[in-house]
Amino acid sequence: MTKVKKKRRVGSNLYLGLVFLFLYLPIIVMMVFSFNESKSRANFTGFTFKWYADLFENDLIMNSFWNTILIAVLSSVIATILGTLAAIGISNMKKAARKTVMNGTYLPIINPEIVTGVSLCLLFVSLAGFFGLQFGFTTVLIAHITFVLPYVILNVLPKLRQMDKSIYEAALDLGCNPWKAYWKVVLPEIMPGIFAGFLMSFTYSLDDFIITYFVSGSGFQTLPVTIYGMVRKKVNPQINALSTILFVVVLLLLVLMNIKSAKSAKKAKEKNY
Amino acid sequence: MNDVLIDLKNLTFLYDGEKVLDDLSLQIRDKEFVTLLGPSGCGKTTTLRIIGGFLTPHSGDVFFDGKRMNDIPPHKREVNTVFQRYALFPHLNVYDNVAFGLKVKKLPKAEIHKRVTEMLETVNLGGFEKRNVSQLSGGQQQRVAIARALVNYPKVLLLDEPLGALDLKLRKEMQLELKRIQQQLEITFVYVTHDQEEALTMSDTVVVMQDGVIQQVGSPQDIYNEPQNAFVADFIGESNIYDGIMLKDCLVKFAGVILPCVDKGFRRNQPVDLVIRPEDIKFVDPAETDLTGTVTSVIFKGVHYEMEVMVNDLLWVVHSTAAKTVGETVGLAVDPFDIHIMEKMFATDKNYVDGEVVEENTVEFLGVQFERENLGLPVGEKVSLVIDPEDIEVVSEDISDATVYLESLIYKGAYNELIIWLNETELILHSQNDEQVATDIGVKFDFDKIEIKPFAGDGEAGE
Repeated sequence: MTKVKKKRRVGSNLYLGLVFLFLYLPIIVMMVFSFNESKSRANFTGFTFKWYADLFENDLIMNSFWNTILIAVLSSVIATILGTLAAIGISNMKKAARKTVMNGTYLPIINPEIVTGVSLCLLFVSLAGFFGLQFGFTTVLIAHITFVLPYVILNVLPKLRQMDKSIYEAALDLGCNPWKAYWKVVLPEIMPGIFAGFLMSFTYSLDDFIITYFVSGSGFQTLPVTIYGMVRKKVNPQINALSTILFVVVLLLLVLMNIKSAKSAKKAKEKNY
Repeated sequence: MNDVLIDLKNLTFLYDGEKVLDDLSLQIRDKEFVTLLGPSGCGKTTTLRIIGGFLTPHSGDVFFDGKRMNDIPPHKREVNTVFQRYALFPHLNVYDNVAFGLKVKKLPKAEIHKRVTEMLETVNLGGFEKRNVSQLSGGQQQRVAIARALVNYPKVLLLDEPLGALDLKLRKEMQLELKRIQQQLEITFVYVTHDQEEALTMSDTVVVMQDGVIQQVGSPQDIYNEPQNAFVADFIGESNIYDGIMLKDCLVKFAGVILPCVDKGFRRNQPVDLVIRPEDIKFVDPAETDLTGTVTSVIFKGVHYEMEVMVNDLLWVVHSTAAKTVGETVGLAVDPFDIHIMEKMFATDKNYVDGEVVEENTVEFLGVQFERENLGLPVGEKVSLVIDPEDIEVVSEDISDATVYLESLIYKGAYNELIIWLNETELILHSQNDEQVATDIGVKFDFDKIEIKPFAGDGEAGE
């Protein structure tokens, strides 16, 4: 009996190993080659930090890096504010209206990104004629706000609906005007949803390539667009270095968030006693 | 004592086109403990929310200390509310929850501290300041909610079924505690509950409501001892309710016997409802009384035995410390002042409605059509219909002739008397089944038994 069990465990472990290998092998290869002395993608000739040093010297990459951060911060902050207000409005709607608006909210998420990208591009082209709108920072920012907005609404709305509505009335009862009641009582209650929505919009904005590609123009590029442009010519080992850094940063963030949520789960468990 | 603090005048409130409050008027005096009592859906919470400012009446006025308050938002009213599920702020601790209202009013810190500490002492929560509200038990959360409202020194405290979520023992404790706090702080309490015992225990004045209408206002003793109608009698305490006929002043015929009572002022031979509380019925020697019957059930209730006695096919519920045995023949006696006579809730003993011949041999009334062979009346002719309460039957809605709103259901010793609404008209019917009041039910008419008479004109009440 035990023998069979052991055998099975070996088999399942092996399978698990294969899955992970399949998932992570490309990244591992990339990371290894980011330290490769030669430009070759086949032979590892020697260890070097050269590409990392070059990377920070490369104005094009550094510029697009800061562009990406700027767009991600701005678009997620604006979308979080707009989305939270929208969610509050939607939660106060009658059922039929709420359903209609919610379906409208889902649309940008299920819509293929390429369609969103092309349509935004067309919109900006036609607007350019009227308002003299230039492709660049503004168009990218507007596009990013547009496609991350639903994620904020979808994170905040459930929190609003879970919330005991009478705490808002209790705040009114204790002398708050409606604005103050939202600020002092409702906002703290839905904060986890707002924060989750913010984080999600930040990552989606950071990560986006397709939509940005259609609306960025030549003067203003984000990191994914720049990388794509560089790779089209030839794979520069600097890209490997950049990708490695990005991967490690994301990994660290993920580990940090897991530790934090484990801690708060533990806290919540203790609270119940 | 006669200083009116809250004056509600002719309040009407509609929800989805349904009247939740129907021309309700009520005066609440200063320092009074008033309880709005009624089954769910009777409009008691709506009334409270109108006083609190969370709802605006569609017509009628709310006066507060003589000032009209209709358009004043909740945060500008001198009332505070204890909500049904406490509605404590989860992100604040006990102290900050209680201090919330005072901080909003920007009182000096020292003053806030003094008042919060004092109020937490009053509700027996001294030392709980730093606790998280989610760590508290239901009873403790309740006390925080009360302290949070009272710390603002409101003129009126509104309480919306505040003890509903607590278990029985805790609820009884909190009832006494609330009464103590109310007397200590001398604040007007408006309390909403569906628990009649709670209402009787705590209140100075009980307001019994049903279907958006006040049925009776009075002290707990008045409400219990002199119920205005069968609904109040049925809702407050246990009671035997029967149909009777007032032969003359102080003499009533019911259940096949004629008994003396103390009520006057009814017409000769007027049909009435009468109430006898189970504890007011005594056992006597069967030879000495006309009221004899057979015991059909005996249940031990702790303080007393609850027994059911069949007298002339009517069920009498009797509470007594003396146990009888099932099958035993007993005599019953009631003192004249323990028989309470009330006006009938439904003016007539049968239903009198207007109808019209809409096709040959087809009559329509209240949106219901039926055929009658050899009717012999021209199309367009108006008729008067008489429907016996026995000829309307409660059935499931898919096989019904009409869907109606069940307003009240009262057990009359042998059957349930139901009052229903069909197309804005009240009808009465008798049924053996129990139904949920304040809901829609289906009814079926025994069309062959409906009496068709020549039209007697509008407003005919069948006198």
